[in-house]
Amino acid sequence: MLEVKDLHAYYGKSHILQGVNFNVQQGEIVSLLGRNGVGRSTTVKTIMGEVAPEGSIKFKGEEIAGKKSFEIAHLGLGYVPENRDIFPTLTVRQNLVLGMKSTKSEGRWNIEEMFKMFPNLGERADVHGGVLSGGEQQMLCMCRTLMGDPDMIMIDEPTEGLAPKIVEQVALLLQEIAKRGVAILLVEQKLSIALKISHRLYVMGHGKIVYEGTPDSLLKANEIRSEWLEV
Amino acid sequence: MLEVFIFATLNGLVTGLLLFMLASGLTLIFSMMGVLNFAHASFYMLGAYFAYSISLQFGFWLGLIFAPLIVGCLGAAVERYGLRRVHESGHVAELVFTFGLAFLIEEAIQFFWGPDTKNYQSPDILDFPLFTLFGQEFSAYRGFMIGVSVLIFIGLFRVLTRSRIGIIIQAAITHPNTVANLGHNVPLIFMGVFGVGTALAGLAGVIAGPVLTTFPGMAIVLGSIVFVIVVIGGLGSLAGAFIASLLIGLLQSYAIASDVGMPDLLNFLGVSFERDHPLNDLWTMTLPQIAPILPFLLLVLVLIFRPTGLMGNREE
Repeated sequence: MLEVKDLHAYYGKSHILQGVNFNVQQGEIVSLLGRNGVGRSTTVKTIMGEVAPEGSIKFKGEEIAGKKSFEIAHLGLGYVPENRDIFPTLTVRQNLVLGMKSTKSEGRWNIEEMFKMFPNLGERADVHGGVLSGGEQQMLCMCRTLMGDPDMIMIDEPTEGLAPKIVEQVALLLQEIAKRGVAILLVEQKLSIALKISHRLYVMGHGKIVYEGTPDSLLKANEIRSEWLEV
Repeated sequence: MLEVFIFATLNGLVTGLLLFMLASGLTLIFSMMGVLNFAHASFYMLGAYFAYSISLQFGFWLGLIFAPLIVGCLGAAVERYGLRRVHESGHVAELVFTFGLAFLIEEAIQFFWGPDTKNYQSPDILDFPLFTLFGQEFSAYRGFMIGVSVLIFIGLFRVLTRSRIGIIIQAAITHPNTVANLGHNVPLIFMGVFGVGTALAGLAGVIAGPVLTTFPGMAIVLGSIVFVIVVIGGLGSLAGAFIASLLIGLLQSYAIASDVGMPDLLNFLGVSFERDHPLNDLWTMTLPQIAPILPFLLLVLVLIFRPTGLMGNREE
């Protein structure tokens, strides 16, 4: 589904990504772990075309490095940014409509289904997005991306600042998304959710992938966890 | 007195709604690009001249349809091949670009149409009094101007608040990257908004040309007031632009229609000055005389007491 090879990216003169290699298969949940500042968010921003890439990024066999963000989204790659970016003056329903790439085709998801899955959002369908709680905003942001019917989504820190109960809901939603054949690249700092729902994991350090494995193998790899993940 | 008030209100509405047609495009473009388009009133002037030329061959109504379309296409081309490239060099470069474009359009108009006033006429079918009140006539063409402006306002409001494209535009104003990540072509949206904004300015020119006269200085006459409106309303606020347009249209209209002045005020205060007083011109000044500067006076007051404008929320 997604294959990243020797990806480099720069912020000015700072060499942030120094040859990142990883892949995500169809229907898989893959987590990209690492401490703050190692380049996890930059990796997804670069894949999404927000940061100029050097290297190869193939999505569904097509080279997307250098394409514009909206073109990449049209190919079926969704992105839920870290800051959520809910449109505060638009209602919940309008936020969801905004996620649809076209009004003509019916995708895997529709608004009424989203409201069934998240009754909180349904009850507040006509409320401005800006007044929702952090958890509701996160759900709305993920649902909005799903409205575009992506084949894969990249989610940056979805559980940041959320209560444990809401984190559980986020985990359930991610599993439901994967069940419907949508691949997920989960960018996380918290190990708990990544270990619980991921099929495979990558650990980043100093702008590179320093470890690849399964949740079980990472649990056993004490050295990796202490060197690259634990604070 | 009542007839003066009613006709001043109607004329104020005509001016105010016309100003809104110009200000709405300008404020939308500012919202999206963060730059004031100094050439905006030049597109208004182009609308009047294109409509004049079309009306000579095909009549007023085809001019009403095609002139704004041509101006809108020109505006979109300016954004696509000019502003978008200049945008990379920052806002100062954009301001200089639009400033230069205003001069270019004015010179081009003088080159192609000449420096004299054009005999651009309203259509014969609207050349009758819509109604007569207190012996005074209100022309059907002015009623038509109000009708077109109100329709545009309702259409613009509905598109921006009810339609999917309106939702996308609203979101692209504040979060262009997020909107692009959702699969929407933001540069194309910007170009479309610029095109529609300039087309609205062109439409204002088409319907104002026969009333306010079509001459190469018409952009300068209205241009500065439109900027005042956008600032008074609050930069980027469409609702603010609407309120400020009506406010200024009515204010100027009431001022022109009134027959009060400094002598009345001085009489009221029981003060009098000799005719040979050095400031005699000031003491004899009337409200209609200062009507043209009232928008600027209001601008100063708004900037002192509410720098963000009536409906603006931009602090930066």
